[in-house]
Parts: sequence; C-alpha cells; structure tokens
Amino acid sequence: MEVFDVRLHLLWSDILIFLLVASLCAFIVTVVRNPLARKRWSQVFESRIGSASFLVILFYVLIALTDSVHFQKKLDQAGDSGEVHYAPEVTSLLDLALAPMLGRDEKTYSAPFAIHSFAKESMELPEGGVTRDYPRLEHGGSHLDDDAQHGADIVVKSMTVIGWTLVPVLILIFLHHSLMKKRSSRLPWPVIYFAFSAIVVVSSWALYMSQFYHVLGTDKVGQDVLYGAVKAVRTGVLIGTLATLVTLPLAVLLGISAGYFRGWVDDVVQYIYTTLNSIPGILLIAASVLLIDVYIETHPEQFKLLSDRADFKFVALCFILGMTSWTGLCRLLRAETLKLSQLEYVQAAHAFGVSRWRVIMRHILPNTTHLILIALVLDFSGFVLAEAVLSYIGVGVDPSMKSWGNMINEARAELAREPVVWWSVIAAFILMFVLVLAANLFSDRVRDAFDPRMSGSGDSK
Amino acid sequence: MLAYIIRRLIYAIPILIGVNLLTFALFFVVNTPEQMARVQLGDKHVTEEAVQEWKAQRGYDKPLLINGDAEGAGAFTETIFFEKSLSLFALDFGKSDAGRNIAADIEQRMWPSLAVALPTFIIGISVNIAFALFVVMFRASIFDTSAMILCVGLMSVSGVFYVIAGQFFFAKEWSLVPISGYLGGADAWRFLLLPVIIGVISGIGGGTRLYRTLFLEEANKDYVRTARAKGVAELTVLFRHILPNGMIPILTSVVVVIPSLFMGSLLVESFFGIPGLGSYTLDAIQAQDFAIVRSMVFLGSVLYIIGLLLTDISYTLVDPRVRLS
Repeated sequence: MEVFDVRLHLLWSDILIFLLVASLCAFIVTVVRNPLARKRWSQVFESRIGSASFLVILFYVLIALTDSVHFQKKLDQAGDSGEVHYAPEVTSLLDLALAPMLGRDEKTYSAPFAIHSFAKESMELPEGGVTRDYPRLEHGGSHLDDDAQHGADIVVKSMTVIGWTLVPVLILIFLHHSLMKKRSSRLPWPVIYFAFSAIVVVSSWALYMSQFYHVLGTDKVGQDVLYGAVKAVRTGVLIGTLATLVTLPLAVLLGISAGYFRGWVDDVVQYIYTTLNSIPGILLIAASVLLIDVYIETHPEQFKLLSDRADFKFVALCFILGMTSWTGLCRLLRAETLKLSQLEYVQAAHAFGVSRWRVIMRHILPNTTHLILIALVLDFSGFVLAEAVLSYIGVGVDPSMKSWGNMINEARAELAREPVVWWSVIAAFILMFVLVLAANLFSDRVRDAFDPRMSGSGDSK
Repeated sequence: MLAYIIRRLIYAIPILIGVNLLTFALFFVVNTPEQMARVQLGDKHVTEEAVQEWKAQRGYDKPLLINGDAEGAGAFTETIFFEKSLSLFALDFGKSDAGRNIAADIEQRMWPSLAVALPTFIIGISVNIAFALFVVMFRASIFDTSAMILCVGLMSVSGVFYVIAGQFFFAKEWSLVPISGYLGGADAWRFLLLPVIIGVISGIGGGTRLYRTLFLEEANKDYVRTARAKGVAELTVLFRHILPNGMIPILTSVVVVIPSLFMGSLLVESFFGIPGLGSYTLDAIQAQDFAIVRSMVFLGSVLYIIGLLLTDISYTLVDPRVRLS
C-alpha cells in the first residue's frame, strides 16, 4: 500500500492492537444495549475517580494507537533503475506529532531545560588556549540571543502556551456546559472538565516547549528523554492489553468448561493449571524469552527490518506473559461455574432441552462477566509493572525498543554517576506511575460496581 | 487425614512429570545438545570429538524423548528425558553441566536465600496486619480514605523503583549499608537490611489493602455487633474478636508460600547480588545450564505442592467444620 511517498508497514503488534480496539468497540455496543450492564458502567463513570482515571487511560491509549500506525519513508535518492527505496526504519504517526523533539540530538547528557551540556569538555578558546567548561548545547535554547534571558524565556514561553491553550479549552468547556444544562446527566462534569483541560494543557505545553528546549533533558547519546518516554507509552499499553488478551480466551474457555462439564475435563484443566502454577512464573518467562532469542538468531531471514525483530520478540513476550498468568482467573471462573450450574434456572434450562452450548453462552458466561472484568483491569496494571522488572533483569523487550523498563535499566549506571543523572529515571517513573495509578483506581471502581459482595457492605468509598 | 495426605502425594507425581516435561520442552525446542555443548565448551573451534565426549559424559548422547532404535519399553527409558527425570524423583540432582555438584550448591546457597526471604516474609506480614488493623480502627473516616489512596499509590510504583531508590539513598547518598553483595557470619545483617526493608515496603500497599478488606468483612459480622452492644470497649472488640478471626483467612492464604521461601526471591537476589538460590537459577538460565534449571524447577514445584498440602491441612486446623476427604 503506497500513499504519497510513504509505504505503510504495519507490525504484528499494530495489527493485534487494532483488532483489540475493534473488539472493544463491539463490547461497548453490547454494553449499551444491555440495561443492567449499562447501569453498572454508569455507576463506574459517575464516580469522580472513575471518570478521571478513565480519561487518563484513554489519553495513554490514544498515544499508543497513534504510535501504532507505522510506515516507511521513501528515501530521497532514487536508484538509476527507477526502483523506489524505502527507509530501513519505520516511523509512526506519533513521530510526526513529536517532530520538534526529533533530529535535535545533543552530544550527551543534558539536564531538563538546560542550555549547557552536563559534562565538562575541553574547548579551544577563540584567542587560543584550551579551557574546560560546560559546552553550549547545539539545539537546547538555540533561539536565545542572550544566555542571560534563559530563565525568563522559559517562564514567558510557558505562560504564553498555557494561556493560548487554556482559552480554547475553556471556550469548549463553556459551550459544552451550556449545552448540557438542558439534559440531565449524572456524570461528574467538573472533574471531567478539570482532567481534560489538565491533559490538554500539559501535553501542549510539553510539545511546544520541546521546540526550544529538552523538556526532560537528554540521555547518554543525546536523545530527547521526553521523546523516549512518550514512545515507551506504546510498549507499556500494548504489553498490558495484548497479554491480557491472551489470558482471556484461555481462562474463560478452560475455566468454564472445567466447571460446567466436570469429570475428566475438570481433572485435565486442574492438572494443567496446577502444573503451570507450580513452576515459578519468572523462570518460565525467562526461559521462554531466551528461547525466542535463539529462534530469532537462527531464523534471520524472517525479519527484514530491525523493528520487525524487536516487534516479534515483543509480541512473543506478550504471549508468554499471558500464558503464565491465566491460571488465577481460570480458577475463579471454574469455582463460579460450579456454583452457577447448580442453580435452578440452569437446571430448568437443561430440563427444557436447551443445548449445552446455549446454556453456557446464555446463562453461565453472562453471569461471570464481573469476575472477568475485574481480573482484566487488575491484570493490566500488573503487566505494565512486570515489563519494567523483566526488562531490568534482561529478559524483557528488545533493548532497541523504547520502554520504561529499558529506561530504568540504563538509569542504573546514570545514578552511579557523580553528579547524578536523575531525569530519565524520573521521567520513566512519572509516566509509568500515572498509567498504573489510573488503571488501579479504575479497577477499584469497576470492582465496586460489579462485585456483588461489594455492593451490600457500604464499603465503596 | 493420613489417607488424604498420601493420596495428595500420589497426585503430585503426574504434576511433577508434567513440570519436567514442560521444562524439558522449553529447553530443547530450540536448543540441541550440540549447541549446549558448544556453549559450555566455550570455544568456537571445538572439535566434533570434544562435543561428542561432552555429551557422552553428561548423558546427552541419547535421543531426546523417544528412542526409535530401542525395543519395547526401552523406547521411552533410553532417552535423555527419562534418565534425567528419574533421578530427580529420588532428589538426586547430580552434577551441573559445568561440572559442579548441584546438591552441594543448593545446600550452600539455601542460607542466604532464607536469610533474606524469611525476615521479609515475617516482618512483611506483621507490618501489613498492624497497618490494616490500624486503618480498620479508624474505618469510614478521612484517615481511612487517605490511607487507602496512599496504598493504591504505593501499589502503583514498580518494585524496581523501590530497589533503585533504596540503593540510591541508603547506600549511595547516606552510605548506611552496602549497595549489594553478601557476607556470611555476623556481618550478614548489614547486607540483609536493605533487601528486607525494600521487600517489606514494596508489599505494604497491596497487603494492607487486602487485609483491611478481610478485617472489614469480619467487622461487619453479627457477633462483632453483639459484642459492641454488650458494651465491650472498641479496642477489645478489635483485638479480641476481629483480629483473631480475621487472621484465619490471612494465615491460610500465606501458608502456601512458606515452603517456597527456601527458593528465595529471584528478583531481590539478583538486584542485590545475594548468592542465594534465586540468583543461582537466573544465572543458570542465562548460562543455559540445563541440569541446574531442571533441578531448581523441580525443587520449586515440590515445595509448591507441599505448600498446597499445608494449606489444606491448615484449613482443618483452624476450622473444625472442614473435613479432608
């Protein structure tokens, strides 16, 4: 597929994530049609924390999605034969949006908003002789005529961009608010307005300021840290969602059939999950990841681009993570199905001659959705955290792929330096913390709304 | 009871065979004994004889899973899988592919693992229970709400950050403890302090929240209300009624990990350079030493199965209504 001078190059993880979004849309449609589910979900969104954390998650997912449309740029020099060559590396839509941060690499470390390098260098003076000083950055603050304006410039520019974004955001909110007055809605609009404007203001501030400075500094090879941290959002979000996607069919299929059919099916399923559970999870993951490494090394012909390689390893990691963590949900579903299939209405369905498949689909599966939902949202944050740990001990995503785990891994050496390079570890920390916190808070609200045990006890706040 | 235990132990055999088969498959799907020999022998220009000799010495010169040449039962017994697995069931770990005695290694590395895992476990649970009880005492107040928000915040921080922050502040900036490493004997506590503290702190968020829910469930029960109605003081209710009853689900749920404490924590040990069983396994995976990986996975599953059994027994001990059959 060729559009203008780019060629679409979707990675496997891109395709999977868009499939996931499509199935999520289908799920939303079924929720809207089902009155009970709609009531439960509106309970989630009517809580202030629920809607605010959902907005944050949505923002991360949007970043990840724009970063999942990959293409190869056409190279300038066309060959004599008229053949068109494409760049060996892939670019994503997000890279276009982050263009101000690209191609502005410094030599090495520089602190956030700095205009001088972090390390001293020997420099030749114009009048001869050599001195050791912090060299001026090539790009950071290169628009300044006078270095003394540095501090004032940051403040003025920040104020300007915040002002210019707040005005349209406030107008939008005002318009929406006056429109909503006529309709009754129980959503906590003030919180939604606040979260929305905070997200818009912070992201446009960061984007605007990075045209002039390195907002979060630069790393060892002089790359913008903010760029790396934002690119890592895709890795984090995808590992959370794709791994969850793997656990879901396994856990649901095996769990429900074990509970429903019992007998030898139950024995087999129980055997499988006890066996898997009794192997320490991290061992299983480490062994499988090494296996993937060996496979990639022995089959180089299957991976044309470097990013194909990294992506293959990434998708494999998601599968492995999913394969090692479906047992918990499977156990829950088995127990719940055992209980449900004893209930009168299921017995009645059997007596009426309803087929087993229909009983499962109509009577059992819908009544286990709360368990599935709660487990899914909880798993998501678990996987995001797991990625950091795995990359840190060297069995995570490919080192060439931007990820929070890899950033933290590099930070190990940076923190040992004197003076300390703190910004890349802090950047990874903040972006990761916000996502995981939002996911945890959201999963709390989902649990409160869907868990029947929670609704009675008055312990929801 | 005894019949139940014996039956559970017999059930463990197919599980252990499955675990062995899985480890075996994971290892040999992409690896061949030839490649292992070359990795172990190190040199790129190894002669074919040296590889064959290495394989013969370690028993890797047979077919992997099914021996087509042998007759009858020999098709399954004269294979690498069968021979290597059988000795494991006798808890005979043999020698590692690099030639070290695995049983001796385990015996030696078990103590540092235990020295980290046991204090972390005990202190962790006591701290979590104490915090949870404290929060339950002030339930449905602003203190409760803010403590729970704090817990969610603590849970949302990756464990790696606790390790990094701990090593950075305690070891590098304030020079209170060594960054990593281990020494046996009386000096060990200096090396253990930081891993234990980090282990406890990283578990506080999740643990406190979980235990608070369990205690709250107990606090909403009728007998607690009756006690209050009788005029029992709030503190007495908390310590005499809620705590002992709330402890039951907590203790029965942690029993399963107690035997596995021997295996140590893979992560903490590799972060802090503690020469325990966890880092032993991780190193073996990276060095592709199949003998060690196989033995450690086997040991881990045996301990896990013992843990499951202990859990069942502990249920009967705390609740006489539960009968094992």
